[in-house]
Amino acid sequence: MSLKDILSPLYVWKRALEKPYTDSHPLTDRPGAERYRGFHQNDIEKCIGCGSCEAVCQNAAIDMVPIEGIETTGSDSGLRPRIDYGRCCWCALCVDICPSHSLGMSNEYQWLDSDPEVFRFVPGIDAKTWDNVEKGYRRAEHYRLLEPTREKIPMLPFAESAKTFMEVVKGYSKEQAIKEADRCVECGLCVATCPAHMDIPRYIKAIREDDLEEALRLLYKTNPLSGVCGRICTHRCEEVCALGVNGEPIAIRWLKRYIVDQVDEKDMQRILRQEFQPSGKRVAIIGAGPGGLSAAYYLATAGHKVTIFESSPQPGGMVRYGIPEYRMPYDPLDKDIDYIRSLGVEIKTGVEIGKSIEFQKIYDQNDAIFLSVGLPRSYTLSIPGEEQPGVISGLQLLGDITRGEAPDVGRRVIVVGGGNTAMDAARSARRLGAEVKILYRRREVDMPADVEEIEEAKEEGVELVTQAIPIRIDRDEEGKLLIHWGKAKMVDQGPGKRPKPVLIEEETYAQAADTIIAAIGQSPEYGFLSEEIGNRIKFKRSKVVTDVSGQTSVAKIFAGGDIVNRTADAISAIADGHQAAKGIALFLAKQ
Amino acid sequence: MASDRSKYPEIQNGKAVIDLDSQKYLKIWQGPQHPGVTGNMALELTLCGDEIAECKTHVGYLHRGFEKLMERRKFIQCFPIVCRICVPEPDTNEYLYSAVVEELAGIEIPEQAKWLRMLNLEMSRLASFLMWIGGQAGAFGLGPIGQWAVTHRDYMLDLFEEISGGRIYHMYMIPGGVRNKLPEGFAGRLESTLQKIDKLLDEIEKVMFNNAVFKIRSRGLGKITADMIDRFGIVGPNARAAGVARDVRKDTPYLYYDQLDFEVITETDSDVYARARVRLREMDQSIDLIRQIMQSLPDDDHYHTQLPNVLHWRIPAGETYQRAESTRGEYGYYLVTDGSRYPRRVYVRGPSYTHAVALLEQLAVNVNIADIAGLMVSLHTYPPEIER
Repeated sequence: MSLKDILSPLYVWKRALEKPYTDSHPLTDRPGAERYRGFHQNDIEKCIGCGSCEAVCQNAAIDMVPIEGIETTGSDSGLRPRIDYGRCCWCALCVDICPSHSLGMSNEYQWLDSDPEVFRFVPGIDAKTWDNVEKGYRRAEHYRLLEPTREKIPMLPFAESAKTFMEVVKGYSKEQAIKEADRCVECGLCVATCPAHMDIPRYIKAIREDDLEEALRLLYKTNPLSGVCGRICTHRCEEVCALGVNGEPIAIRWLKRYIVDQVDEKDMQRILRQEFQPSGKRVAIIGAGPGGLSAAYYLATAGHKVTIFESSPQPGGMVRYGIPEYRMPYDPLDKDIDYIRSLGVEIKTGVEIGKSIEFQKIYDQNDAIFLSVGLPRSYTLSIPGEEQPGVISGLQLLGDITRGEAPDVGRRVIVVGGGNTAMDAARSARRLGAEVKILYRRREVDMPADVEEIEEAKEEGVELVTQAIPIRIDRDEEGKLLIHWGKAKMVDQGPGKRPKPVLIEEETYAQAADTIIAAIGQSPEYGFLSEEIGNRIKFKRSKVVTDVSGQTSVAKIFAGGDIVNRTADAISAIADGHQAAKGIALFLAKQ
Repeated sequence: MASDRSKYPEIQNGKAVIDLDSQKYLKIWQGPQHPGVTGNMALELTLCGDEIAECKTHVGYLHRGFEKLMERRKFIQCFPIVCRICVPEPDTNEYLYSAVVEELAGIEIPEQAKWLRMLNLEMSRLASFLMWIGGQAGAFGLGPIGQWAVTHRDYMLDLFEEISGGRIYHMYMIPGGVRNKLPEGFAGRLESTLQKIDKLLDEIEKVMFNNAVFKIRSRGLGKITADMIDRFGIVGPNARAAGVARDVRKDTPYLYYDQLDFEVITETDSDVYARARVRLREMDQSIDLIRQIMQSLPDDDHYHTQLPNVLHWRIPAGETYQRAESTRGEYGYYLVTDGSRYPRRVYVRGPSYTHAVALLEQLAVNVNIADIAGLMVSLHTYPPEIER
């Protein structure tokens, strides 16, 4: 002990005159740091109600609740997160995971209220002073909990694909599929949007867990043509995918294809086989397209005796005759159909109703009938000169190729139209060796074809001319077809309506071609119906009118597919077939 | 403790025979609510006069079942929980939880993330010691030092708030790396705070370590003898004050500690004063280490390795133990996984367990009741890590 030890502590007085460290007013505002994890904010417009925040919250502090004024749409569950500040630990994992980037935290941290109920609130809906505060916690740019990029699907190189009808898309390997399936947040927005309401999150989960048997069973609960849909589905599910808001949506279609492709036919029998009691009822299905096949599957598994009548030599409908082999090869289609056949469904091909057999006879011999005849007639261009040889429809070209009657389209081909059939016709003609140009009356963004179809067509060397309206077809000096078309301008039709193309009279062009293909839409053909029944069935703008179960105004007749729904795609037809099968089963049970 | 035991209870079969009816003894509780205990634990003291004849430690007031909670949470959901196992120094838990998960999941984290983790660990060391020194000084009646120290700890918390968005629970080190890089201009603000703390430490040296009162009361108090070190599993400054150069950062370097220039600080007296001295010197050392880290810190955009989707994240079956040096000594996380989405078992090894329970019961005997608080603080224990 020294004198120093006595004197040294007196040094403490040096700080006596310093400004006090503590605040004299306990509520003096001190702004939180730039990144402060304060009170929650939610951009209600951006939020899609996917519930990833609820899923990641470790305290179960978040509940997704319905909000008055926010409607449930395909891409929005209509729910918004309600946060319970009695449970929240301000870890901000909800902010980190939010796929729509709508959640954030303000740097405000003082909130006094005597009512404990107010601390359970819906950010962005229950107005708060911090709703528009700029500062506060946001997910950092180079840190993320979800992978925004889709696993790349292996494809043939375009230089090669343009020369062959081999399938362009190769399909995922197991590793790729599991990696892609891992991205899913299981929000279920896709289920609501899928016309067949397939249980997408669960079959994706089954892929992730490498349980393909369970995955296949889940597919067949709502879709017996998954091998088809895994290739050519219009995949509206992907348009609403939560991951797609700020990245690429989950490749739902390719994952579905992966499941079916991995299971061979023998295993399919083992996995899906179910016992059913024969009901003794007979159901006839007109048309072996996706709608008819789907109905046949569900009716057969309910024990009914099903016969399908098909006018083409092989079943499959537009999937076989309207979609080229490079997109929809025949083997997976046959695999799906063979399984349906194995359930005892009889498919009579090459039978034209009205010629081979009278509709009335089918009507009398069966307990119920399902019509799914599709749209076999192509619209014509309605311009002078289109009746000339060399002017064909897209469907005719695609059907001829399927039937093995490879037509000679010549060196130069013009395709008119902007839908998937136009793209299919153009790319098929390209594969037959032609130089192909597509004329479309509106802009590229207005094209009804799938974006990837348009992109792939362009990659394969198809030239796209937009805002081009065909005027007439005649012949040049060499006797070749010459199509005259005029440039269109887009005229605004008011809010909510798509702009209309209007011909600019003075700007016209002409293009010589060996073949001109019209692919501008299709219409139904009801000539096969007996007159008496044809008169009793109700139609509206050439579509058959049905109730929710697919029943027409003639009790025994149900209908579905392109002749009923407006979306006119395979998945809608499959959904209709399933719905009608349930309707028919109910109808027959009441007999 | 070798001392005159004549007035203390007789020891039979290793147990003290205390007859409370004799009125020679008084039983009192210190804690669980008492300014002289560290955190929520209690000492059941049997006094003879004002000296402690027997001490029994009671824990369990703070049990929240962290280890069990984690078995029902996905791997990412455990990350906001672990920081709560040690309030004044949560970062060791954050680091170790991330480290065990990364080890079993086979995730390599970016270089910058490693440096930032070290920066946070050292900053939290400093913050934790500042809190401790306030307690240590306060326990011996040196109130102002506590105020200075806690204020300066708050300056450190300001910096944590800037980095992570939280003052106490930083939740900054996440499996895969860290959640963000340092904000603009952070280095300058860090340096100015370090200078303030540097100056504070000099003053604490003058008013506490050169203080006759502190010296008299702390010297010779709570001596940990050499034979106790391994028997009680003593680690950290408590061991280093007894001359045992035991420091995980040196013994089995993790992150980039092998790239830093520092020596393990030891003292020999092994009493309260020596332990305080070790910690004071380690604060200086941490300031130096923070400066070294800031020199080496890379500035790029790689601070987090993308994890698999955290909602479905499965970690292959395995087990691992990772350890790090906290302000109290070796801290460890033992993780067992079974290939599911949840940890099968997480075991948290906090150094306070042995120090605060078994060791304190030994050291408290013969200590004056007035010094028991100072003794307890000198072991630097945080009860939540006893009762995970």
